[in-house]
Amino acid sequence: MNLSKKDMLGVMDLPKEEIDLILDTAESFKEISTRTIKKVPTLRGKTVITLFFEASTRTRTSFEIAAKRLGADTINISASTSSVVKGESLIDTARNLESMNPDIIIIRHSAAGAAHILGSMLKQSIINAGDGAHEHPTQALLDMLTIREKKGTIEGLKIAIVGDIAHSRVARSNIYGLTKMGADVAVCGPAMMMPRDIDQMGVSVYYKMEDAIKDADVVMMLRMQLERQEKNLFPSLREYANLFSLNRDNIRLAKDDVIVMHPGPVNRGVEITPEIADGPHSVILEQVTNGVAVRMALLYLLSGGIK
Amino acid sequence: MKLLLKGGRVIDPSQNIDTVTDILIEDGKISMIQKNISLPEADSGGDLKIFDLKDKIVTPGLIDMHTHLREPGFEYKETIRTGSEAAVAGGFTSIACMANTDPVNDNRSVTEFILKQARLAAMANVYPIAALSKEQNGKVLTEFGDLKDAGAVAFSDDGNPVTDSGLMRHALEYAYSFDMPVISHCEDTGLSSGGLMNEGFISTQLGLPGIPGIAEDIMVIRDIILAEFTKTRVHIAHVSTAGSVQAVREARSAGINVTAETAPHYFTLTDEALMGFSTNFKMYPPLRGSDDVKAIKEGLRDGTIDTIASDHAPHSSIEKDVEFEYAANGITGLETSLSLCLKLVDDGILTIGQLIEKMSVNPSNILKIPKGSLKTGSDADITVIDMNKIWTVDTDKFCSKGRNCPFNGWELKGKAVMTIVGGDVRYTDFEL
Repeated sequence: MNLSKKDMLGVMDLPKEEIDLILDTAESFKEISTRTIKKVPTLRGKTVITLFFEASTRTRTSFEIAAKRLGADTINISASTSSVVKGESLIDTARNLESMNPDIIIIRHSAAGAAHILGSMLKQSIINAGDGAHEHPTQALLDMLTIREKKGTIEGLKIAIVGDIAHSRVARSNIYGLTKMGADVAVCGPAMMMPRDIDQMGVSVYYKMEDAIKDADVVMMLRMQLERQEKNLFPSLREYANLFSLNRDNIRLAKDDVIVMHPGPVNRGVEITPEIADGPHSVILEQVTNGVAVRMALLYLLSGGIK
Repeated sequence: MKLLLKGGRVIDPSQNIDTVTDILIEDGKISMIQKNISLPEADSGGDLKIFDLKDKIVTPGLIDMHTHLREPGFEYKETIRTGSEAAVAGGFTSIACMANTDPVNDNRSVTEFILKQARLAAMANVYPIAALSKEQNGKVLTEFGDLKDAGAVAFSDDGNPVTDSGLMRHALEYAYSFDMPVISHCEDTGLSSGGLMNEGFISTQLGLPGIPGIAEDIMVIRDIILAEFTKTRVHIAHVSTAGSVQAVREARSAGINVTAETAPHYFTLTDEALMGFSTNFKMYPPLRGSDDVKAIKEGLRDGTIDTIASDHAPHSSIEKDVEFEYAANGITGLETSLSLCLKLVDDGILTIGQLIEKMSVNPSNILKIPKGSLKTGSDADITVIDMNKIWTVDTDKFCSKGRNCPFNGWELKGKAVMTIVGGDVRYTDFEL
């Protein structure tokens, strides 16, 4: 079995069987990263471009390490060094890259749908590494891998996603993925950060942290983007932390073996207190480890995969 | 020069005519409507042209009261010539053009320039709509008196809402004293700011910031209140929401002088078309939900919505082949509008007579221009429609420079096959 599409643009259109395939493949790739010589020749001769129009350390590095461990050549382009500053359009940039015959292009962009433009224009495989507030499929896949590892299954779990749901591509991709895998998903955040009709995505909606995380198997905290305050979306960071921070007190409402996740980078003291981020329930760094495995799996599957 | 249109089904709501009859045109005017006009041999000399219009519908020339012709300033998107060519190709004999050009049509010289370019193009009649405020900045009124004298037919800051209710009040009062309409683009920017599409389940799925329907409703209601208070009238542009339709309906029944227009895309498409992020579905106001589409159709059916205008807004690939968020608002409309409207007739929402009323008689009444009628002596502006012609939209064949059309590739039924302006055949699309 292989992936049915040439691109990985989002989890919305990803069938459950393909999610399983990616997670299974990722699991089998994890071992490579523990070897002394962390490199296999699977993608030797392939060229992978990361095209990042938004700042990123972890995601870009994760993709680069994933590609290199599979033996691919990687080129990193970030907006500050690219022709974008000279006013070139995304489509022109893409066409120029295409002319140099890469095999896979990984794009992150602040505009929702940017990866779709490349996907529909280019013959290369496109991986969406985050487009605006739309989707961040590899984050959701690595989150699902982590949950599956820790809990054995995703089906039937009670999972709370807490924070600025409206502006979060991580939330959207996870909602699509986790509901498909049979989890019971709750979203929670300030009312003005809850997008309209979100319940139609098959989630329950809470405005009180305590209600959302009660008996949860998984609590996923989202990064609060500090610039949102300027747009009058919440009164102050203090108020936000008071109401929506995961801390020693409220975590007791969740199941005893709850796992705490965060896509990073963490604003310590805002959405999560340091003792929780570093505490026994936290799987935040394991998410990062799994990120490499999931991205290796995707690069492998999109390059032709199982022959 | 004489034209004889023979055997068409003539529908003229202004005279309650719906019958198979002949029309004789002389010197650019309608000189006779009568069954079986047979001219004496002497009159049918070399300069008489006869058209057999059997099985075709003959109507007063269609009027599109809301277009953007982009000239002066954005000639790479459209010119008055290409825009008015697109108009006649779409069956429109008269179009009104909005003021958001560069420079803005906020003074006599721009209005006169538009009229001059339209005369040179010699395609459709072009009626300039002047800006309501200088540079459309919402602060200082334009010179309504001078602009009317120069040939402007209405005032509007279309593209920008008039957020200052005091300025809107004065505009309504001042325009009314000249017997001129104010056309209002209704948008509460506090609610719409930053939005890229209709706010609802689809915007939530796509992660695009939403524009709630109430951003329109609130301003429609404000304008209705202002029109009532000032005892003037207001015309609501491009109605897209169920809330606006309801507000206009209630105002009308309370005797308030408000008219309303919608555009074909608001009863043809919903925001679901945005899945996939195609910028050809991006316009302002945005495509709404299915309840809104239903309400627009009901508003058309019960007469709440007076007219259908295309909001023809051509852009080039420079503005449209970009990320959704950066793409300009607007779609072309002149060459697809009539066919999309004829679907309302096919679907039993309007009779063909009611549709012609909305596309010819009513816009001429709102703009107070001497059009929209086939009365003897009136200008021979005539549209001939083939209700059964099946055709496929191909933007490469557009007269408009704009290719930003969400209907490209659609198969449509019904089309203008002949457009006559001032007795001159400006467009034909059938075997004579």
